[in-house]
Amino acid sequence: MNDKRPVNLDIRTIQLPITAYVSILHRVSGVALFGVAGLMLWMLDQSLRSEASFDGLKAILASGWCKLVLWAMLSAVAYHLVAGIRHLIMDLGVGETLKGGVLGARLVLIVTAILIALAGVWIWQ
Amino acid sequence: MAVKPVTNLGRSGLSDWLIQRVSAVVIALYTLWLIGYLLSHPDLTYAQWAGLHQYFPMRLFSLLAVLAMAAHAWIGLWAVLTDYVTVRLMGGRATALRVLLQVGMVGALLAYVIWAVDILWRG
Repeated sequence: MNDKRPVNLDIRTIQLPITAYVSILHRVSGVALFGVAGLMLWMLDQSLRSEASFDGLKAILASGWCKLVLWAMLSAVAYHLVAGIRHLIMDLGVGETLKGGVLGARLVLIVTAILIALAGVWIWQ
Repeated sequence: MAVKPVTNLGRSGLSDWLIQRVSAVVIALYTLWLIGYLLSHPDLTYAQWAGLHQYFPMRLFSLLAVLAMAAHAWIGLWAVLTDYVTVRLMGGRATALRVLLQVGMVGALLAYVIWAVDILWRG
């Protein structure tokens, strides 16, 4: 196979539709979740190790910066979950048209924005 | 003769496709259950939390979720790495770098699974 063949897909020169941004964000949030998986396991570890480490984790999570990190983590979870549910719905044949795809992408952004706001209320209430 | 993929999880696109969706459903259910539990226990004590995780069905659910996350991350990161860490986008050393990253990724996932089993079963 000639690997010098021209490739006409340079995403830097293409104006991307909303569906592309929603898809890229799904990837970005997924990679981010892999990145913080160790942190999540550490939190599970601390929460179950002993009563002292459980209270210690609670104290750590009560500090301002940690709340921000927790909110960012929950935001990534919310986005990846909602975008993933859209994928499953599309696998059932719903929202596969051009119009349906755009509508689904908008709904993902709206629903995620609401969930991220609610997560903020949960953390800072 | 077709070249067989060697770094994806299920050895075929179709099985990866299915594993990705089944694992997604398991992770989604676990996430919703855990968030629901935490929301309904605002004054959670260590005794309640530790008791929940000593309950066998909960341990099984947690283990399933961790295994699903490992498989899900393997397939997802494989897709990302084979799309962006390529000779076309990065030049001649991309293949070696990608295989290195893939091996590192699988190693990290294995370590996470072992760590999770240790956390869940030591109590």
